[in-house]
Amino acid sequence: MNISTILDMAAEAFGERVGVVCGETRLSYAELRATAYAAAERIKASGAAYVVLLDVSSPAASVAVFAAAYAGVPYVPINYRLTADEINALVERASPAYLITSGELRDKLAPRDDLTVVDRADFLAARAGEDAVPTEVGDDPRAVAVQLFTSGTTGKPKAAILRHENLMSYIVGTVEFAAADEDDAILVTVPPYHIAGISSVLSSTYACRRVVQMPNFDAAGWLRLCRDENVTNAFLVPTMLARIVEHLAATGETPELPRLRALAYGGGKMPLSVIQQAVRLFPNVDFTNAYGLTETSSTIAVLGPDDHRAALQSDDPYVQKRLASVGRATGAVEIQIRDEDDGVLGPDQAGYVFVRGPQVSGEYKQQGSQLDADGWFPTRDRGWLDRDGYLFLEGRADDVIVRGGENISPGEIEDVLLSHPAVADVACVAMPDEQWGEAVAAAVVLKDGAQASADELQALVKGQLRSSRVPQSIVFKDALPYNETGKLLRRLVRQEFATPD
Amino acid sequence: MAMTALKPGARFKSAVSDAQVMVIKAPAGEHELSCAGVAMLAGADTAPDGVQADAADSGETLIGKRYVNEDESLELLCTKGGAGTLALDGTPLEIKQAKQLPSSD
Repeated sequence: MNISTILDMAAEAFGERVGVVCGETRLSYAELRATAYAAAERIKASGAAYVVLLDVSSPAASVAVFAAAYAGVPYVPINYRLTADEINALVERASPAYLITSGELRDKLAPRDDLTVVDRADFLAARAGEDAVPTEVGDDPRAVAVQLFTSGTTGKPKAAILRHENLMSYIVGTVEFAAADEDDAILVTVPPYHIAGISSVLSSTYACRRVVQMPNFDAAGWLRLCRDENVTNAFLVPTMLARIVEHLAATGETPELPRLRALAYGGGKMPLSVIQQAVRLFPNVDFTNAYGLTETSSTIAVLGPDDHRAALQSDDPYVQKRLASVGRATGAVEIQIRDEDDGVLGPDQAGYVFVRGPQVSGEYKQQGSQLDADGWFPTRDRGWLDRDGYLFLEGRADDVIVRGGENISPGEIEDVLLSHPAVADVACVAMPDEQWGEAVAAAVVLKDGAQASADELQALVKGQLRSSRVPQSIVFKDALPYNETGKLLRRLVRQEFATPD
Repeated sequence: MAMTALKPGARFKSAVSDAQVMVIKAPAGEHELSCAGVAMLAGADTAPDGVQADAADSGETLIGKRYVNEDESLELLCTKGGAGTLALDGTPLEIKQAKQLPSSD
């Protein structure tokens, strides 16, 4: 089993179809394969044990995933926004390497004897001949296909390992081969080092859907690219969708994207107000919310277009609420909720989210497998399943506020605060409290020119939730700290409230 | 191919057409995979001289389709299409119905 089969099949069935577009560059599946073949030979000749990508999104990222697979070594895309020291520490953990980079990013690399550094343009320049087939492509399902460093919001980044069997199970289990129409195109804005960046290459290649890459996101540029490339599908992280919604509200523009059919979002918590506005702004677009983790080879639960419509049209609050869920398990995996003592919980009972299935690797290079004896992976997310299996997330287990023994999810308080017309963004975190151990604190960003007092916001929470949920301390900020893929850095927010007043 | 253990990841090709498959899931023990009535070939094996497809088999194996036996203990992915019906130990395999998911990535 080898993920390079995905590209072989696309090139076999639709060799002439354009597989990837980035700026002026367009590569067909046959060209992608010929480029990956040639790259694989050079990777093998270099003696590298890893293929590292230190670069923004480009066709080199698509080629590198498959070239590494043909060459039989792991593909390791690295976050190019890290500092030089951080990058070099990760490169050391993925050496000897064949490293693809470009421009100024190259200057961040410390010289090493066991690095073969190649410029992106050179990497993409060579093509194998018509009949050149790579020699001895491995078929060991347990071989490592991808190694991804987790974002490390709580410490040293961990090297998550995805084996060929994990990724192939994910693709074969959730995507229909050649399901895309000739004119379909997906706009990809996630960076190559994000699991969604990798799964989009694999999913779209298997579906034979053209990928349009956008290396640097901005709302106006996204709308323009959607129109110019006749984009039919797109994936966005919540902050990107929020910026598109804000941009449209600020300019009063109506998005004219008749070809756009489907918008998928995921990678973080979507504020209810953003998705409600987005559904109004794009009335003819199908919305899908996807939930997944690096360690699960991407998506494990999906809130599909029909689920969105059912929630928006229902009179039943229980069904309406599902707009804030991440949907149901895909069918390729099982999901379970457990309590502190690993007891399995029933519907509507909150606890820890566990997942099981062939796409779930749950494995780190240094720490080993995190699966239990029955193959279940602890996601460290908290949440619950409703009576029909819709999964609601409360946040990371580490983010829960424990006030006097009561577990408080920051998400429910944030949702109430975001419903205030003056509030643009908010994060609730634990702050030390002598009486309760921990108490609720909130960092609030107000909309431009809008006003709201701490008293007013506290009263709002008190009116809708229990008094234990009322933020004891509220600070007003110009912006909240996010990482580059839109993940809120709660650790930094907590530091604001680190010492009791 | 005589009776062989079928391991996930292993690839087989038809002896009489272009069809190729990859094993996704396999039952324990030794089995025989065939295409158009002729045993499939593993790895670098070449077709024995004079083998011929079962003339009565008008089936086609389609790229991207998954093929399963009755209890779904065997699952193959067709990675290259070609003439001939796939069979496990003489029993024809069926196409596994896809569960179409909304595109999420």
